[in-house]
Amino acid sequence: MDRDATATLVERVREATARRTPLRIVGGDTKRFYGRVIEGTPLRMREHTGILRHDPAELVLTARGGTPLAEIEAQLASLGQRLPFEPPHFGPDATLGGTVACGLAGPARAWTGPLRDFVLGVRVLTGDGRVLRFGGEVMKNVAGYDVARLMAGALGILGALLDVSLKVLPLPPGERTLSLEMDEAAALARLAELARGALPLSAGSWTDGRAYLRFEGSDATLDDVQERVGGEVVADSRGFWTSLREQTHPFFGGEQPLWRCTVPPLAPPLSIAGAPLIEWNGSQRWYRCAPGVTAFDAAAAVGGHAALFRHASTADEVFAPLPAPLMRLHRALKREFDPAGILNGGRMYADL
Amino acid sequence: MTPDPALVSDLRAALGPDALLVSAEACAPFECDALNTQRRRPEVVALPRSAEQVMEVLRACRRHATPVVARGAGTGLSGGALPVQGGVLLVLARLNRIIEVDPARRLARVEPGVTNLEISQAAAPHGLYYAPDPSSQVACTIGGNVAENSGGVHCLKHGLTVHNLLEVRVATIDGEWLTLGSTAGEAPGLSLLPLFTGSEGMLGVAVETTVRLKPLPERVELVMAAFGDVRRCADAVGRIIAWGLVPAGLEMMDAPAIRAAEAFVRCGYPTDAAALLLCELDGLTHDVQRDLDAVQSLLLDCGATSLRVATDAAERLRMWSGRKSAFPAVGRLAPDYFCMDGTIPRRHLGDVLERIAAMSQAAGLPVANVFHAGDGNLHPLILFDAGRPGEVERAEHLGAEILELCVAVGGTVTGEHGVGVEKLGPMCTQFGPDELEAFHGVKRAFDPDGLLNPGKAVPTLARCADYGAMRVHGGKLPFSHLPRF
Repeated sequence: MDRDATATLVERVREATARRTPLRIVGGDTKRFYGRVIEGTPLRMREHTGILRHDPAELVLTARGGTPLAEIEAQLASLGQRLPFEPPHFGPDATLGGTVACGLAGPARAWTGPLRDFVLGVRVLTGDGRVLRFGGEVMKNVAGYDVARLMAGALGILGALLDVSLKVLPLPPGERTLSLEMDEAAALARLAELARGALPLSAGSWTDGRAYLRFEGSDATLDDVQERVGGEVVADSRGFWTSLREQTHPFFGGEQPLWRCTVPPLAPPLSIAGAPLIEWNGSQRWYRCAPGVTAFDAAAAVGGHAALFRHASTADEVFAPLPAPLMRLHRALKREFDPAGILNGGRMYADL
Repeated sequence: MTPDPALVSDLRAALGPDALLVSAEACAPFECDALNTQRRRPEVVALPRSAEQVMEVLRACRRHATPVVARGAGTGLSGGALPVQGGVLLVLARLNRIIEVDPARRLARVEPGVTNLEISQAAAPHGLYYAPDPSSQVACTIGGNVAENSGGVHCLKHGLTVHNLLEVRVATIDGEWLTLGSTAGEAPGLSLLPLFTGSEGMLGVAVETTVRLKPLPERVELVMAAFGDVRRCADAVGRIIAWGLVPAGLEMMDAPAIRAAEAFVRCGYPTDAAALLLCELDGLTHDVQRDLDAVQSLLLDCGATSLRVATDAAERLRMWSGRKSAFPAVGRLAPDYFCMDGTIPRRHLGDVLERIAAMSQAAGLPVANVFHAGDGNLHPLILFDAGRPGEVERAEHLGAEILELCVAVGGTVTGEHGVGVEKLGPMCTQFGPDELEAFHGVKRAFDPDGLLNPGKAVPTLARCADYGAMRVHGGKLPFSHLPRF
């Protein structure tokens, strides 16, 4: 499907600006749980859909914000490529715009880089109805400030993403996941040690007394790795990592609030009750906490940050508080891109 | 113009002795960066020794409403560190400590005056290195790399500066400290680290940078392929990437560049070739072998007339030496040259190179091409003689035409050298008034009074109106609605 709804979207935003009506930007509404709970008239991006360009020789894909993520991944796979940051979908309707706005990355994050690293360009609809184009479809571009990457993870508070150009990469020739029994401290040390070496690690995890390590490369390389690392081969490698990425793994079940802590890779186990699920090179750690308990201080104590990722209540703040000068800067940027404050107000921080 | 005595006295109090230059002779060496066609002698040069002193300089400038321009090693190619009238030049060279190299967490924390190469040297004993390698890496500093989002020959696989930063500590013109990014990898709030990276000293001054280190690759191979025509070589670039290979480096040179490099460093390049492709592969032994086999058969299939694989590290370095010294080598061919920096989608490489050759012929000025083909980042070197009347203008005109061509095929006017003062005009070709106004908005958010490196990186709308008047394009004036000044 190929549909350009720019004109309609611009009109809706301009109307909302004139009336000071708060808008809630909605793609597939799969990540409504992420960020603070907000009210607002939905600004529906789904009608603005379609892959605009994908040339495998360029390693670039450009698509409209409302394009289903599944459609994009299928297109890439058909030509032997992928989104290197392995974004979570959290539902069949996930869109490209919502994925980029949330800025979340999956198991490969610690090795390939965060989502924002792959954003090459955007066309964005600002809060006062301007349509602006930043970046482009080339790998290197230092003309003007990097506003395109600023939009990654901005949760729509600066603008709605009309089109996004992403750097994509070839699929690896093969993958293999090895599993080894060890405790949390040993797993953290092992993950950090492996990340330091030249082995083609592409995902790491620890849960319930076992470490899981995913490697990518040719069969000869994977055989070599297996000999060096040891452990048992996980039969359904893809299925295991998908269950972490999509949070269908039993760890993520139930109603208890889910906290995501990003910490320096070798940070000691956090002073939070209950065993975590550890991902990446040890720098993403998930905790299930009792309602009312926050992980902000525990993560900050080891030089990291916590976010209340999923929760049942309308929690006050879900992201770690920012120092005052940084918060002032956030407000100043918000004013520049959304002077009337109508786009996803309060989604990231209460007064932003 | 003599500097404001109150400002000088404040700076002297903050910096102590031997850290402030005010005499014309002492300030003279700082009148330009590597874009030496633009010069302006600074009235005051501050040489702080610590982050706290940097902050004191910024606070003093703010108090006295004085513009301030940060400078690293002065290797920038776009005039980003050109002093501004009545301003302070803030030289960060003395902040040159490597604060820590942490092999366990694969990071290095350094002050802005540490050179790019020093980081890799400090990391090498741990089997690690810092990936971005601009050709000036012996001299250029990490502070400047952050300001310019510097690239190098290994960007396609290993990323630009922005992809290799974890955290930057910034002194703002408001006299406050900001920590952008995080050693945890992710920080709450907006993605300000990429916004700051490449902002050309317009948003703040980085006083401490934490970079990601990478493990040195197990195996490295370099293939050199010669081609009988430029288009076949350009097409090979796309074929290699579409096949599923991401080489560590993929560099191309045309005949004038090949001959100049060979004459300069005797690196064994085939001087009868119309184009040369250098393809470096790195990684694990088995994977590199697989890629090496594939790349050789692809190159032959694309019409390469000869192939050579470096047999050892010494030969590899020799083969690279021609590419790495190509700018000075080409520089010997004419009294002066301009280096362009446009980036284009790779599929247009062949067409754009042919168009550039035609433009060069029409302008009567030779152009040599040596560039990062894998990134589509062109570096046409326009050769001219400033001593001949009208030649500078003709060279500038040709440069502007080349950059307009890059934008017309969906590219950008600068891939890695930055806008500085050099490309303010071409910026008007790439961006419309709304985007430029948004850039000025970003600047306002960080620096409401416009004291940090004013007049660089983002042209004013008035300037674009003038530029548009100069360069009417196909009858269409990009800024026709603006009044002319």
